[in-house]
Amino acid sequence: MSGLTILIPVAIGLGLIALATFMWTLRSGQYDDLEGASQRILDEDTDRPAFDPHQGGPGAQP
Amino acid sequence: MSCCVPTAEAVDLVQQGGIETDNEALLTLSRKLGDGTRQLEFAVPDAHCAACIRSIETSLMALPEVSSARVNLSKRRVRVVFDPERGPPSALAPAIRNSGYHTYVLDPSADEDGDPGFRELVKALAVAGFAAGNIMLFSVSIWSGANDATRDLFHWISAVIALPAIAYAGRPFFRSAWRAVRVGKTNMDVPISIGVILATALSLYETVRSGEHAYFDASATLLFFLLAGRTLDHLMRERARSAITNLARIAPRGATRVLPDGQREYAALKEIEPGMVLELRAGERVPVDSEVVSEGASFDTSIVNGESAPRSVAPGDEVMAGANNLGGLVQLIARKRSEDSLLARMVALMEAAEGAKTRRRRIADRAAAVYAPVVHTIAIATFLGWGLLTGDWHAALLNAVAVLIITCPCALALAVPIVHVVAAGKLFEGGVLMKDGAALERAAEADSVAFDKTGTLTVGRPRLFDYHVEGSHAEAVAVALARASTHPLSQALARALHPGDVEVTGLSEQPGHGVEAIVDGARWRLGSRAWCGLGTAGTEATTEVWLSCDGIARATFRFEDEVRPDARDAVQQLGRLGLPVRLLSGDTPQPVASVAAKVGISDTRAQLLPEDKVADVGRGRTMMVGDGINDAPALRAAHVSMAPSTAADIGRSAADFVFTGGGLSAVPLVIGTARRAASIVNQNLVLAIGYNAIAVPLAVSGQVTPLIAAIAMSSSSLIVVANALRLRIGRRSWPARTQTLSEAHA
Repeated sequence: MSGLTILIPVAIGLGLIALATFMWTLRSGQYDDLEGASQRILDEDTDRPAFDPHQGGPGAQP
Repeated sequence: MSCCVPTAEAVDLVQQGGIETDNEALLTLSRKLGDGTRQLEFAVPDAHCAACIRSIETSLMALPEVSSARVNLSKRRVRVVFDPERGPPSALAPAIRNSGYHTYVLDPSADEDGDPGFRELVKALAVAGFAAGNIMLFSVSIWSGANDATRDLFHWISAVIALPAIAYAGRPFFRSAWRAVRVGKTNMDVPISIGVILATALSLYETVRSGEHAYFDASATLLFFLLAGRTLDHLMRERARSAITNLARIAPRGATRVLPDGQREYAALKEIEPGMVLELRAGERVPVDSEVVSEGASFDTSIVNGESAPRSVAPGDEVMAGANNLGGLVQLIARKRSEDSLLARMVALMEAAEGAKTRRRRIADRAAAVYAPVVHTIAIATFLGWGLLTGDWHAALLNAVAVLIITCPCALALAVPIVHVVAAGKLFEGGVLMKDGAALERAAEADSVAFDKTGTLTVGRPRLFDYHVEGSHAEAVAVALARASTHPLSQALARALHPGDVEVTGLSEQPGHGVEAIVDGARWRLGSRAWCGLGTAGTEATTEVWLSCDGIARATFRFEDEVRPDARDAVQQLGRLGLPVRLLSGDTPQPVASVAAKVGISDTRAQLLPEDKVADVGRGRTMMVGDGINDAPALRAAHVSMAPSTAADIGRSAADFVFTGGGLSAVPLVIGTARRAASIVNQNLVLAIGYNAIAVPLAVSGQVTPLIAAIAMSSSSLIVVANALRLRIGRRSWPARTQTLSEAHA
């Protein structure tokens, strides 16, 4: 019984944190472009200088 | 995936110059962002991978005026923030095109940012999921034997989680139920709301008096399942809506106005007053019904009245809004305001058609109308029966609430939307967008199909089908002359014949008449019969092109509207589905008959006014397939309707289904899918009712504990969902799919 007094608040607290995190991700627009997000991870270095389509490379257009 | 849906039509749309190159029009469309920058959204229908994102964003960011460019791949749009002080917005669209993608600007007013209703549903779903999961943890402990003080503690914790969660997550249902009850009606949300509220209230009462059973988990799980169904339904409509907004290419939003002192100024559509002088470039559409001033103008009016032949217009004649200018610069005098133009008259006709059509009720609402009273009668009978027979009113109340929980239409509420979602996904893969689930129900009921001709059965583009040429030299000259002109008949001629080796000098074009040039010292003319100096006889003169050398006829070319390649197949498939097909057209009988013969339709009606089409499709349960402005009222009046994505905006918004890609095979696909969906909906309803037939007697007899309620509800919902998924896995039409793929990549 004494274990429950710790475990129950911990369990519900974790659930609430997860819920709050979900609400935050929803509000900050992270679900607005799911397809784009799944593709952007393939783009390895967006901080490099501009992509030159003439030189081709891993992301060159077919 | 859906990245293969974008079509060859995008090319045609983009080639016609237009608003993307007009700085003033772009500035009026853009949204101010406060710090001097502005924002525009462009559709990029072909973008589909990481490399697409990268090349579009990179080429935009290379412009000095662009401060941010972000592609949204789900919506196939790119949002550009730019500073008009540092560069013109007309450079944006060319930058995207140079990176290899078709694009056109989107109207921000047509698409409010995000959907508040959808966000509310997702939040409610998250809260209900959280509550259901956590309460279930405590319920499992109780079912496995927690008793006395522990059970009471768990009930209290469940109550603390459930009450706020249900108050929050239940709002969409409570609101809709209240709206229905207030006007004396009932819908599916009424039994849901009553069930959830009563179960929660009773559980709270039981908790307070240390009772054995509490139904908090049932209330929360119920809401979770119902919200899942509703969110899916919303997601489907949201996706179709965003795809359709992408198609809404903004054709005339305004026009170039010629001021009395000769200066040019951009006037928005609403600012155009009768009497203003307007100037149209080639490829622009007439903004309001107007009178033509210039000589030799010629217009493509197919989207207005369905006639495929280009029409020459003499000064003083009227042209309708929506007609496309085929010649060079044309001056017009506006005759009407935009709200009095042809478009507005069609809207009025559409509203009339809408009013005449009896509002058909969706199958779910019809089920609810029967279901709710039955359920409530059984619950009350249980309460009275137990109370009167045993005298134990507390047990009577417990059993009555158990009836309400067990009959809470979880499976029933999922039975219909889940099928529609799966069907919409399947249609989307086949290049068809569905506006809502009711359309699918109506498509399954269609008992005949009516096609429009121009732009629907045909691609709305002329094709050379017959010609007589005297010698190969004349043919080579004809091609050389045709290549110099932008007229659709000339372009069709240049496409159809092989170019020869001739030297052409002194080329000149007289818009609306023809082309003239000197070849080997002789004066050759290509164009109308009159232009070639051969008299004006002949009735089908507009679909004929003549070639003359020094006034002597050397060749004639005859054109017809090209029939969509799979039109005949589609008509045959519809015949196999048992649907009679007819052809309704505003065009003259002769071309109508010729198209009908090619696609195999025997029932044709020509020279119909929009009102006649409305009357024709208004009888019976017709599926109307059409594209023009003149078809819009008929699309609205028909039992169910489809339009190609190339249709006029008004036609697209009037139709229930919009098909992208070139194929009419979308029509049998929609009807086949709709019929399968309808049969699965019926199976699901039978399953849901069968579940109730077993569970309700148990509940009435007092056998349903919270554990049984939880198992019964979840399993019935899962069965219904699994049955709906059969629509996807069963009988997949691979040939149709590969065909759309190859067309898209061609």
